[in-house]
Amino acid sequence: MSIQKDIALSVKNLKTYFYTNNRCNKAVNGVSFEIKKGKTLCIVGESGCGKSVTAATIMQLLPTLSRIEEGEIIFYKGDEKINIEKLPRNGKEMRNIRGSDIAMIFQDPMTALNPVYTVGFQIGENLKYHTDLNKKEIREKTISLLRDMGIPLPEKRVDEYPHSYSGGMRQRAMIAMAMACNPKILIADEPTTALDVTIQAQIFELMAKLKKDYDTAIMLITHDMGVVAELADNVAVMYMGNIVESGSVGDVLRRPTHPYTKALLDSVPVLGRGKDQNIQPIKGSTPDPYDRPIGCQFAPRCNWADHSCELMPEISNVTSTHEVRCHKYKEIFQY
Amino acid sequence: MSKEKDIVLKLKDVQVYFPVQAGIFKRTVAHVKAVDGVNLNIYRGEVLGLAGESGCGKTTLGKAILRLVEPTAGEIIYNSTEKEETELRGLSKKAMDPFRKKLQIIFQDPHSSLNPAFTIFGSLEEPLKKYGVKKRSKRREIIGDLLEAVNMRREYMDRYPHEFSGGQRQRIGIARALCIEPEVIICDEAVSALDVSIQAQVLQLLMKLKKEKNLTYLFITHDLSVTEYICDRIAVMYLGRLVELCKSEELYANTLHPYTEALLSAIPVADLDKKTKRIILEGDVPSPVNPPSGCPFHPRCPKAKDICKSKVPPLKRYSINGNDHYASCHLIDLPEAV
Repeated sequence: MSIQKDIALSVKNLKTYFYTNNRCNKAVNGVSFEIKKGKTLCIVGESGCGKSVTAATIMQLLPTLSRIEEGEIIFYKGDEKINIEKLPRNGKEMRNIRGSDIAMIFQDPMTALNPVYTVGFQIGENLKYHTDLNKKEIREKTISLLRDMGIPLPEKRVDEYPHSYSGGMRQRAMIAMAMACNPKILIADEPTTALDVTIQAQIFELMAKLKKDYDTAIMLITHDMGVVAELADNVAVMYMGNIVESGSVGDVLRRPTHPYTKALLDSVPVLGRGKDQNIQPIKGSTPDPYDRPIGCQFAPRCNWADHSCELMPEISNVTSTHEVRCHKYKEIFQY
Repeated sequence: MSKEKDIVLKLKDVQVYFPVQAGIFKRTVAHVKAVDGVNLNIYRGEVLGLAGESGCGKTTLGKAILRLVEPTAGEIIYNSTEKEETELRGLSKKAMDPFRKKLQIIFQDPHSSLNPAFTIFGSLEEPLKKYGVKKRSKRREIIGDLLEAVNMRREYMDRYPHEFSGGQRQRIGIARALCIEPEVIICDEAVSALDVSIQAQVLQLLMKLKKEKNLTYLFITHDLSVTEYICDRIAVMYLGRLVELCKSEELYANTLHPYTEALLSAIPVADLDKKTKRIILEGDVPSPVNPPSGCPFHPRCPKAKDICKSKVPPLKRYSINGNDHYASCHLIDLPEAV
């Protein structure tokens, strides 16, 4: 296969399993997607659907009791093709990629920053290992990064500890850290869930700017369909370790074809639609990962399900850009 | 409005200050002004939304009503169905008891608000015991009925909290608030910790129970799309003060305060055809220890003028489309209603 120019990372049939108490949790069970340069891929799903595990797998930050069972993660670095899943977790190559080529922003900036080091030191660490700048240059670069992130008085703030930063500033410091080496790919795992909406708007503004200025590919993990509508170019909806629907943001939000995507969109009140909205909760709750339904994982909660759903549906193409994993998609699409 | 509405709770100039102590003698050096002079009427049978960012004092206000934190100043007047007014602040612990029966709270985090060492029955029977249901069999019956009312099975009462999912636990929290038949329930971020599909289930349950039992809700949340969906009126708070209060449709149609405007524009909407211009606010919420002079919002306000820096704007009443609309801003160019 020739290397496609615009793809930054492609994941093929990825399976990550966790082993605890002699039981196996198939947290990610055959996921495929591509992240394109300068585009944002949003991964949407409820808690426990495997979206964060997918991110951790790409970064090789999984706990020891888990294993990449199958599949490929290919990172396109210039003309090179690197199979991330084959690299040893703490080997030299992986450490070179992690932080410099692929960077990650975590959900909770308070636990992700080390409280006993200054913010400046933590951002500078990245530059120390991945570039050959000297001490003075590192400090200058760190200050300019903080300034880019809109932190007031960066010359002073660089020597402060995380506790004297507010929630929004900590998250901005995290983004500064992630962007320190101009990564090709930025993985953001619910970067704004812990923040207020006005601060969230600031962070999104910043991420949109980074995407435009540096052509960074962004993989954004979220549970909020509103965030998807604002930021995404492409969307993948996950449920119980599978991608059930994927496509461009227009495909998925305007013509949701998987019953789960439909239900998810119908279950949240949308601002500006007033009191007459018909909010439909999804019946039941997500199944126990150790006691999964046979076949389609969503079948027990689905209004369309019948006996054909006892088999795991294959991925079907609705249009060339829109894929769905459902037996009934043709009926639903026409509905 | 011509028709006099039935007020169940009247808050007059409520203040909650927390002391900041320093030095070896723990001298009070400053105060965190969590709630700084809030006037609010809650009408019987309504859903009043209390919205705002974290740290604006909305939870503290909710707790102050129940006296879970002690208000520093002001009056909290409870009006019973028999039109009997009682000032709750200043009541002794014992005298407060009969009113605790009328006012209940649902907490935000369903994982930490249930005692893990008690069965569900054990947790839920406490208030019943306290309020005079002496027979155990009777208590079991009441709790069984309540669990069914929140769409759970009767048998679940002998299980422990860890056996339930987040949504189920939140429904147990609702059942606990309901078990002594209160009039007012304060929902403190009751759905914020839940997944979206579960959130809708709990919202619908709350609305169903409100209709059946004629409840009044004070619905505290940071999510303005949820308030729009379920609330009759919405109060927006910023730094311990009310900045805007009106009917929920009015808040979205005729926003008066620049803070509400920015807040509404910052909410991501799951609708591709509805792209609004986002107003990006600069900086963070100031510290409530020393709030800015004048209007608390002026350092972040895109429209701020000189007057905003020196004078605190009072909460004024305006009339839009025949509805009362309260807002506190110097720059509103509307005649004040009489």
